[in-house]
Amino acid sequence: MNDWSVLGPELLAALGETLYMVAVTLLLAGLLGLLVGVGLYVTRRGNILENRAVHEGLNLVVNFVRPIPFIILLAALGPVTQEVVGTRLGPNAAIFAMTIGAMFAVARIVEQNLMSVDPGVVEAARSMGVSRSRIITTVILPEALGPLVLGYTFLVIGITDMSAMAGAIGAGGLGDFALRLGYQRFNDEVTWAAVAVIVVLVQLVQVVGNRLARRILRR
Amino acid sequence: MSAAVPAGPPSPGRPDEVLVRFSNVSKTFRTGSGRAAREVVAVDDVSLDVRRGEIFGVIGYSGAGKSTLVRLINGLEPVSSGSLTVEGFEVAGRRETELAPVRQEIGMIFQQFNLFTSRTVAGNVEYPLKRAGWPKEKRRARVAELLEFVGLSARAGNYPEQLSGGQKQRVGIARALATSPKLLLADESTSALDPETTQEVLQVLQRVNRELGITIVIITHEMDVVRAIADRVAVMQDGKVVEHGSTVDIFARPRTETAHRFVSSVLHSEPDAREVERLRRAHRGRLVIVDVGDGVDIGGVLSDGAARGVRFTIAYGGISVLQEQSFGSLTFELTGEDTAVQAVVDEMSRITTLREVAA
Repeated sequence: MNDWSVLGPELLAALGETLYMVAVTLLLAGLLGLLVGVGLYVTRRGNILENRAVHEGLNLVVNFVRPIPFIILLAALGPVTQEVVGTRLGPNAAIFAMTIGAMFAVARIVEQNLMSVDPGVVEAARSMGVSRSRIITTVILPEALGPLVLGYTFLVIGITDMSAMAGAIGAGGLGDFALRLGYQRFNDEVTWAAVAVIVVLVQLVQVVGNRLARRILRR
Repeated sequence: MSAAVPAGPPSPGRPDEVLVRFSNVSKTFRTGSGRAAREVVAVDDVSLDVRRGEIFGVIGYSGAGKSTLVRLINGLEPVSSGSLTVEGFEVAGRRETELAPVRQEIGMIFQQFNLFTSRTVAGNVEYPLKRAGWPKEKRRARVAELLEFVGLSARAGNYPEQLSGGQKQRVGIARALATSPKLLLADESTSALDPETTQEVLQVLQRVNRELGITIVIITHEMDVVRAIADRVAVMQDGKVVEHGSTVDIFARPRTETAHRFVSSVLHSEPDAREVERLRRAHRGRLVIVDVGDGVDIGGVLSDGAARGVRFTIAYGGISVLQEQSFGSLTFELTGEDTAVQAVVDEMSRITTLREVAA
């Protein structure tokens, strides 16, 4: 039998590490991805800052990074991570790689959600003489807020998934807990305990995200 | 002029002063790309003036270029060639950033209303004021004033999806008027509305023009809209303005086939092809369609004819009044001795336009 008086606190610590990694990555990838996503959207053909070169350039980068399986990206980014973070191991190294991996997914989600904004409201704002940067911040983003919240909720789940894989580079967290103390020791109970915590975490995020989106969309 | 004016006293100006001037304006779009690319001329060499204080209608079928024409005025679409001035300011060739000042003088409303779904009714009306840097207290007062003007004070806290189409368009009007523009562009502003709501919105637009002294350019494919509020009208077809003049003149004397069709879509005073066929079967005499109006003495001609044995029957027709002038057309069946009938037809042709219905 497992001694949960020892494993319990370890599980809690792992949860804390996961929350830390997910939260910081969400913040960084969320912001950077928002910038890239807005960039992709506004430079599209017929949009307010139409620019084919910039659009194609961003598109290329996004399409280049996105298909790379995260576990490979983690390894491939090793030297860069070493340079930027100072180490290839631990939660901060994982956050760096997760941010790179997630921001391009965010960019696509943002771009797609912004495309749901009625071009008519953008035209209305242009007809008032509102500057293009103001149109982005005061019209396009607020009008797409509901779907964006749902998109970011979806993203949290993806980042949680990534953080489990980052356990492979000694980042700690629930993934590491499940792999090291459960999987490698053929201890299914420990593995399932970690799974249960992750499931509860994801469910909570989804419920909060749905509620928030519903409130914004007034549905 | 009414005293209940939210925007301060209107400046009537000289009636003939030009507000918007199109001089040989063209707009071409490039569609497709690579080898499939081709140029489409949406607006073709248009020259016309919109005068200060008037309601100027632009009518045409869909694809005639009227929506593009109105978007050139505030630079939503750039002019390809020619000169377009708003209060003397050249709009053609400007960058987006240079257009901000002129756009602040021009309000615009849309067929689909284009209200911000993330903002309340009051939030929508307040938005342009925020962008123009109005302080909060002044904004609040102005929003209240505008909502009062369009009769939606009770709806300030609602979101657009809670409103009917007519209410949405009134919010659109309030929002467009927020910064007291000199010109209001209305792009098919009633096309998404039912006839009753259309009248309600047109009445608001008329008040905008009369009480606030704001010039309106209204784009429509419905001649009823033109008849209801336009002082002057331009008829567009294939990117060209084929005819323009006062609404009364266009109604009384449409010169082009397109204008003629638009006029008869409202007046129904002339029989269409199917009705002509039916008339032909029912009437054996000579059938003529004549335009009638103030000062056209058809009665006199008919009396003279009667003296020579010519009898007449009114087979079809209608007379309307527009801006205190009556006009329309009547279809007569004339029977009698051939030369006497011919004399009546000749006399009618002399005093008005006459079209004969083939036997």
